[in-house]
Amino acid sequence: MNIDFILFLVLALAAIATALGMLLSRNAVYSALFLVLNFAVVAVFYLLLGAPFIAMAQVTVYAGAIMVLFLFVIMLLGADELAPGKALPWQRPLAATLAVVLVIEAAYLLLARGAPSGLVTPPTEYTNSTESLREMALALFGQYLLPFEITSILLLVAMVGAIVLAKQEKGGRR
Amino acid sequence: MPQPQDYQTLLPVIVLAVWACALLLLDSFLIQRKGLTACLAAAGLAITLGLTLSQIGRSSSGFSGMVVLDGFSTFINALQLVSGLLGVALAYAYVKRMGIERGEYYTLLLFSVVGMMLMAQATDLIVVFIALEMLSIPLYVLAAFNRTQAASEEAGLKYFLLGAFSTGFLVYGITLVYGATASTNLSAIFAAASSTSNLLLTIGAALILVGFGFKVAVVPFHMWTPDVYQGAPTAVTGFMSSGAKIAGFAALLRVFATAFPAIAADMTDILWALAAVTMILGNLVAISQTDIKRMLAYSSIAHAGYILMAFVPYGNPAVAPVSIAAGLFYLAAYVITNFGAWGVVIALEQPDGKGLQISDYSGLFWRKRGLAVAMTVFMLSLIGFPPTIGMVGKFYLFRAIIDGGFTGLAIIGVIASLVSAFYYLRVVVNMFMREGEQKIEREFWLDLTWGAAAFLTVAISLAPGWLFYLASAAGLR
Repeated sequence: MNIDFILFLVLALAAIATALGMLLSRNAVYSALFLVLNFAVVAVFYLLLGAPFIAMAQVTVYAGAIMVLFLFVIMLLGADELAPGKALPWQRPLAATLAVVLVIEAAYLLLARGAPSGLVTPPTEYTNSTESLREMALALFGQYLLPFEITSILLLVAMVGAIVLAKQEKGGRR
Repeated sequence: MPQPQDYQTLLPVIVLAVWACALLLLDSFLIQRKGLTACLAAAGLAITLGLTLSQIGRSSSGFSGMVVLDGFSTFINALQLVSGLLGVALAYAYVKRMGIERGEYYTLLLFSVVGMMLMAQATDLIVVFIALEMLSIPLYVLAAFNRTQAASEEAGLKYFLLGAFSTGFLVYGITLVYGATASTNLSAIFAAASSTSNLLLTIGAALILVGFGFKVAVVPFHMWTPDVYQGAPTAVTGFMSSGAKIAGFAALLRVFATAFPAIAADMTDILWALAAVTMILGNLVAISQTDIKRMLAYSSIAHAGYILMAFVPYGNPAVAPVSIAAGLFYLAAYVITNFGAWGVVIALEQPDGKGLQISDYSGLFWRKRGLAVAMTVFMLSLIGFPPTIGMVGKFYLFRAIIDGGFTGLAIIGVIASLVSAFYYLRVVVNMFMREGEQKIEREFWLDLTWGAAAFLTVAISLAPGWLFYLASAAGLR
């Protein structure tokens, strides 16, 4: 039993625990924060698999940008406390059915396809090295330089547009 | 590293984008003089137009095959810049009158033109996608620019939601095409597609068509058009109805003609049906409209159908060049006539939202002859009645379609035009034969816009050869 396996077990438990925490907490802000934790744990999974770039993207894009947006929306709408009581009537049976389907699928995959059949190529050292990062940077700033640069203008335009629509004007006009 | 040739290929777009960014910054110092912002925006468009015209006859590709410069892109870009200039001219007095004068109006308009130009030059689906967003996002904001009016806000939101929805289709189509051909570059897709016939590719192309169909308002993806055109500030509607259409059709043509000739057999039938349905439905529903903005919205849907007709034989190399030239000519004719008509609408619109019913045009001839005659010219041109540019455009278009062997479609087009005469002529009848009162806004740039548009609508129809020659020379690289 090597260190990776132990790490994996701990992380897997953490991932499941945070996912459950997200689902079960009645406060939407707590749910969002649990989701951030979950994303962070998944990012460590990527690191274990030797994919540093995806790990960093997971942290910055998902745990960072998208979740901040979630939190903003939750807080702006003031929807942080879930009203106690009734969920949708059809939700529980539907959720139970889908959960059963998922478990059966996973069990089938684990039993029938658990052992690799045929030729499986493990990822080479090259895939997981920083060399792949370099390759990606070269593509992003070489071949895809133009789309990359236009995107920056696009973001500027979106920002200007949002400000135009939301800005308070002098004299009380919204 | 980008080479000088890369910059050369994209020079007008880069200049306009930099100009727009600078104007955004400068505008915050021009607190009380938003008129100056308009002039600077117009100057930027004019300089870019000059640069674009200086590129006539050049042809190159740049940024690792992401963009291309050719006769087609030069023609479309010049048309876009002219429509940008007309958009500024329409807005100049209108935004003051409506109390929505803010410098960002012009900056957003410039950014939208940047996106439109980029779209005509894009040869990679990723650039097509980003350019489409670049032209759409400013338009969403401009549609909602009159924020105190619920209708304008609704127009902006509706346009935004349906626009985002349609972008989803486009992106999904692009991913499927990538899945089928392992590339987003148009010529690479062509090379990969001709070796295999692939269902995935056809579905991807169809989804891309849906995405563009939303932008150019083709039935059945036209639902947003009447509400958005009616609710948006009229100057925005005038610009949007021309600019977004040109850009959408330009990208549609480039993507399909460059990347998808291999599946032309499937696509031609779909395009045929879309064009026919669009012409019929647009013209039929327009009959029952009483609001001039809604009527022109349905008219713009119908015209999208006519223009789409030119694309039906895109896969047939014997016919395609002529029919595409006819389509480009029709697009130019539509832009001139359309801007003129929206100019007249702006001249009659009051700040309280009155003056937009067709009945408000009653007796216009007896109040202001020039305006009524100009509107008559535009209505006749939209029908396709001589001596107007619309008639010449329809003539080229129908001839090209019949040469391509689509006589049935041409007949549908002619019948649809006959039907359209009913509602266009109703405006004319109102102006000449009814009694009425109206207040008319006089303003130099507005008068110049509709006056020049009316003059060109008649004048070009008398000597259309040079414009058709330019359209024929505007080949894809």
